Amino acid sequence: MKVLIPPPLHSYTGGASRADLEGSTLDGVMRSLDARYPGIRFRIIDEQDRVRPHIKLFVNAKLAADLGAPVRPEDEIQIICALSGG
Amino acid sequence: MARDSARVALLVGTRKGAFIFHSDASRRQWRLDGPHFLGNIIHHMVLDPRDGQTILMAAQTGHLGPTVFRSTDWGKSWKEASAPPAFEKVEETAGGDKKPRAVDHVFWLTPGHSGYPGTWLAGTSPPGLFRSEDGGATWKGIPGFNDGLIHKIAAAVGDVPGGALLHSILIDPRDASHLYIGISTGGIFESLDAGASWKALNKGVAADFIPTPDPEYGHDPHQVALHPSRPDRLYHQNHCGMYRLDRPSDTWDRIGKNMPREIGDIGFPIVLHPRDPDTVWVFPMDGTTVWPRTSPDGRPATYRTRDAGKSWERQDKGLPERNAWFTVKRQAFSSDAHEPVGLYFGTTSGEVWASDDEGGSWRSIASHLPEIFSVEAGARPQ
Repeated sequence: MKVLIPPPLHSYTGGASRADLEGSTLDGVMRSLDARYPGIRFRIIDEQDRVRPHIKLFVNAKLAADLGAPVRPEDEIQIICALSGG
Repeated sequence: MARDSARVALLVGTRKGAFIFHSDASRRQWRLDGPHFLGNIIHHMVLDPRDGQTILMAAQTGHLGPTVFRSTDWGKSWKEASAPPAFEKVEETAGGDKKPRAVDHVFWLTPGHSGYPGTWLAGTSPPGLFRSEDGGATWKGIPGFNDGLIHKIAAAVGDVPGGALLHSILIDPRDASHLYIGISTGGIFESLDAGASWKALNKGVAADFIPTPDPEYGHDPHQVALHPSRPDRLYHQNHCGMYRLDRPSDTWDRIGKNMPREIGDIGFPIVLHPRDPDTVWVFPMDGTTVWPRTSPDGRPATYRTRDAGKSWERQDKGLPERNAWFTVKRQAFSSDAHEPVGLYFGTTSGEVWASDDEGGSWRSIASHLPEIFSVEAGARPQ
């Protein structure tokens, strides 16, 4: 599936804003992302496997409830850096 | 006093990136290099004195999780830790005594003992203690703290708004297993077995924000320092005053009581003279009423003792005479090792001030930087 990557993470992707990855769950896709771009997952997801407070993950434009959510090859996953503060 | 020739590098961490200032041999001219990692929050940046070229940087951003970057070429290139400090995964269970914790940011970096090249220690928020044995590339938690002491402290003091911090990781130069740490809020602790077990070291320290009189721990040390040539002497700047401890005593002496009453003895940083164990500098701030944390009366100054805290002298030549409402955070005041000693501090208003005569006079070497979190002086190759 297609994963859209926001600018704060482009230092890991060499500037790429999308990646085509595999996985049957959101967690699996995030681990695939980390395998391609080492270190990127820990900036998004903490050591307790919780999405960090200022990051949101959307699947087909719907906020994902948790990393265990199933995903399909045709899905689009978007990593969002949540706006906060001024 | 004879003046030696010295090139110094100042490693400056700010709310919006890192900067490196390089001096000439007179320490009068400075060249700015940076920003590095513009927009990143840089809590601490430290040069390894054992090799004189490795720099570690503790970074996060407003959105992204914490990490550590490493450079061995004075910031020309940086490499991220492949395993940054992180707590063990904990499965939360009903009635379980361990709560899942995540590192919010790496707050403090300390190069390891001189006999163990490549080792580093890191302190985090929430409080965690981590060790690297490969120059900062990978980090592992120290179980005696992360699975032991911190749970006992957290149960006593509760959650700290904004997150408690582990800082002031001090290593006895005579014994790599002998450690001191400061936790804000939590207190000062000592380990004789490289962090496997810990003992509170807070006797004599005020903690007037705690209902229990004279508690064993729960204090708020802001910065603790150990003298490199007399390691049995420690000083510390606390939320509740300035203190000195001469081991084997375990009771701190409040040397801040000798400060002028109108200035008080509250502040964040404390800096030791690299050779004279009796000489110390502090940067007092207003800790009255609602804790403005600004220079008292808007008139910034360092204060120096040359008799181990029996008396203090004000040093404000060159600093603003009035209406300067900044302060200096705990990692943002440091010294070099030259003769005379150079002193450097960075302000919450983004200025870097330098003195090449041990605080006798000050001049601004940079302004309009972001809020400064840390200033560390290191020796540049000649």
